Amino acid sequence: MERTFELRVNGRIHAITADPATPLLYILRNDLALNGPKFGCGLGECGACTVLIEGMAARACVIPVSGAAGREVTTLEGLGGARSLHPVQQAFIDEQAAQCGYCVNGMIMTAKAFLDRIAHPSEAQIRDALRYNLCRCGTHVEILRAVQRAARLLDMADAGAEPTEAER
Amino acid sequence: MFDATATRAGPTRRTFLKAGAAVGGAFLLGFHLPSAMAANAETTVFAPNAFIRIDRQGKVTLIMPQVEMGQGIYTTVAMILAEELDAAFDQVVLEAAPPNDALYANPTFRIQVTGNSNSVRAFWLPLRKAGAAARALLVEASARIWQVDPATCRTDSGEVFHDASGRKASYAALVEHTAGLTAPADPPLKSTANFKLIGQSLKRLDTPDKVNGKVIYGIDAMPPGVTFATLAACPVFGGKVGHVDDSKAKSLPGVRQIVVLDDLVAVVGDHMWAARQGLEALKITWVEGPNAAVSSDDVWKQLRAASEKEGVTARSVGDATGALSKGELIEAAYELPFLAHATMEPMNCTVHLTADSCEIWVGSQVLSRAQAVAAKITGLPLEKITVHNLLIGGGFGRRLEVDHIDKAVRIAQQVAAPVKVVWTREEDIRHDVYRPVYRDRLSATLSGGRIVGWKHRITGSSIIARWLPPAFQKGIDIDAIDSAADIPYDIPNLSVDYVRDEPPAMPTGFWRGVGPNNNVFAIESFMDELARKAGKDPVAFRRDMLGKAPRLQAVLDLAAAKAGWGNPLPPRMGRGIALQTSFGSYIATVAEAEVDEAGEIRVRRIVSAVDTGIVVNPDTVVAQVQGGLIFGLTAALYGEITIDRGRVQQSNFHDYRMLRIDQTPAIEVHLIKSGEAPGGIGETGTTAAPPALGNAIFAATGVRLRRLPIDRSLLAGRKVG
Repeated sequence: MERTFELRVNGRIHAITADPATPLLYILRNDLALNGPKFGCGLGECGACTVLIEGMAARACVIPVSGAAGREVTTLEGLGGARSLHPVQQAFIDEQAAQCGYCVNGMIMTAKAFLDRIAHPSEAQIRDALRYNLCRCGTHVEILRAVQRAARLLDMADAGAEPTEAER
Repeated sequence: MFDATATRAGPTRRTFLKAGAAVGGAFLLGFHLPSAMAANAETTVFAPNAFIRIDRQGKVTLIMPQVEMGQGIYTTVAMILAEELDAAFDQVVLEAAPPNDALYANPTFRIQVTGNSNSVRAFWLPLRKAGAAARALLVEASARIWQVDPATCRTDSGEVFHDASGRKASYAALVEHTAGLTAPADPPLKSTANFKLIGQSLKRLDTPDKVNGKVIYGIDAMPPGVTFATLAACPVFGGKVGHVDDSKAKSLPGVRQIVVLDDLVAVVGDHMWAARQGLEALKITWVEGPNAAVSSDDVWKQLRAASEKEGVTARSVGDATGALSKGELIEAAYELPFLAHATMEPMNCTVHLTADSCEIWVGSQVLSRAQAVAAKITGLPLEKITVHNLLIGGGFGRRLEVDHIDKAVRIAQQVAAPVKVVWTREEDIRHDVYRPVYRDRLSATLSGGRIVGWKHRITGSSIIARWLPPAFQKGIDIDAIDSAADIPYDIPNLSVDYVRDEPPAMPTGFWRGVGPNNNVFAIESFMDELARKAGKDPVAFRRDMLGKAPRLQAVLDLAAAKAGWGNPLPPRMGRGIALQTSFGSYIATVAEAEVDEAGEIRVRRIVSAVDTGIVVNPDTVVAQVQGGLIFGLTAALYGEITIDRGRVQQSNFHDYRMLRIDQTPAIEVHLIKSGEAPGGIGETGTTAAPPALGNAIFAATGVRLRRLPIDRSLLAGRKVG
């Protein structure tokens, strides 16, 4: 039976009335009109629906809304500020790491959570972290480079420096 | 720069003609307007043709005749138009063309279609002329004002300059002065040496909105009052709905309506979860029809038998029969499986149907067909069908079909509200239009280390016969024989024939790489077998027969050099080469692979050398080749759709696998500088990867793979030196 949940998404609080088993993805897309997270497989296999829950990458297509209630949910729309892009997003532009772009939400959100945990990853660690996110166009080479660049951009942001074009 | 609002509501042909009529002497590709009418009109927008609009505020809008599905065509088309127009590229705004074959048909196919890697090839000259004609008019307008010879003016970044007098005028300021001018039919084009944009790796215009979540794909359409639906078609192709017990589904919260049609059942809900829950709660009895017993075994038996028949001759050179009767006859047969497209964005379509209008939101590679199918079902005239073509989360040929639009419109006929129909992934995999099974029989004779006789029989479905019937002539499918009838090797006696054989039960369609995927796999695998028979190095063997294909010879040399061809490799590792001239591009690819004792394959490195003529955006071309290679590796390593009791057995990404980022090899793409007309590129890598990989595996293990996907059991336990 339907219940009402308090859902915190991108810093805003929403009261959502839904069947507790409803996957978070449908609430985000249908009720909150947040199109960043994508429906791809419905089984948590492709990663297109990835969001952050308390900073951890999570598959919104299999997480019930009841499991996300009361916790901080971040979608692609909430990753950067109102005016600026998050360094991971900027890195994806710099490296042109989108073809059709449908998987990019999952790639960016997974990379963001991963780089928060491991600031200076090896290439093998990046590949391992993203291996459960599928891309059908075959943008893997650029995505890998984008995450490497994102790590550098985040480093510079931590140091308080504005990166030059060359440093990026 | 990317105007999503405009994309969602592109101008109809009617508004276009109206806008055109307001412009002095404007022409709209074939729609010549009466000059008296034009002369009296107030000029607010400069629209010299269907691709360019400049308003008095200086906004330059470029209309995209081809659809963006990840291949970067919006940026590439914009670069071509802006190059000849001399517009400031960072100020252009893109808008998707509305359905209109008269204005936006692909010059090759005569309908609005994005496919066959031909957008740049087909539009290269028309778009350059469109840009150049507009530029010439703006120059003429300013020359009249300044009373100077137009030849003394030049343009740059959206301005006209008269250097001798130091005067300049922005395109925006010239808009009102273009009235009464006639666009030149054959405007002078820039010489390639003067290109400012073409040849640069400009950043794609669609990337920013793809990384910030603002991009609108078909699946994101949310018209006011939209309801949500998902569907189940009969799991057996050709079957029908028998009985539906909806007692449980109807009682679920949020379920609004159960739609039962002849061939499918859909559940409409207040949100997608309700629709999905409702669908699962239905008890449907299907009338499975004539395909209820068909299995993959039946498919292969039928195809193999068909490949024994004589085919229709597609090409004949010299005396193949005679040449094949002398000396040792070398024969082999190659087979490719059914494949699903598995676009990351599952099939979907949103429809709002009223008594006298139909509005559709969808991502389609065939816009005018999308409109036409809705008109046919609803009986409404074309102008009452509005199609909003949204960005596509993967096409690969799947969205050259309109079955998802057909189903959504038929469902919408039963629903008194806008309805968004989204297929589950399972429905998407099980109701695809599949890359057909193919069987290729090849035979050859050798003499002096060269091929003297060659016969290639291609057997498979004709997609062209269904999809573009006028192009299916005299029993020949031009796609099925592509890259086989025009084999690049210098062979004195050859014969290529085609047997059309439609598989039971399974609908077939175009799939990234199309006909060349099959033919290049068979030819390049067989070439490798022949090289070994001839006792020659596979590169040298091919090279000796490329006397009439200097561009291919050049990429072969480059790929071999860059890949370190001939350098020793450790045991269990091998290199393989594959060549192709498909889609108007010349490509040589070297794959390097390692096979472990369990038969598992690790692709370590791929090197492609590419001559695709003039390159508009090098970064995009490289990305397309890389992506194509990965798409092809996925097919070679994992791709197969099988059927049992008329049903597709695969359902989602766990049993229809993709190559993952941790398995992705190092990929190098080397572009050859060329002044030739641009070739196609989006599908080339897909064609290249499987034969190069198969040949590398032979080099590593001595096992010849004549069937895809690669059967690991053939490689397991194989002792190699």
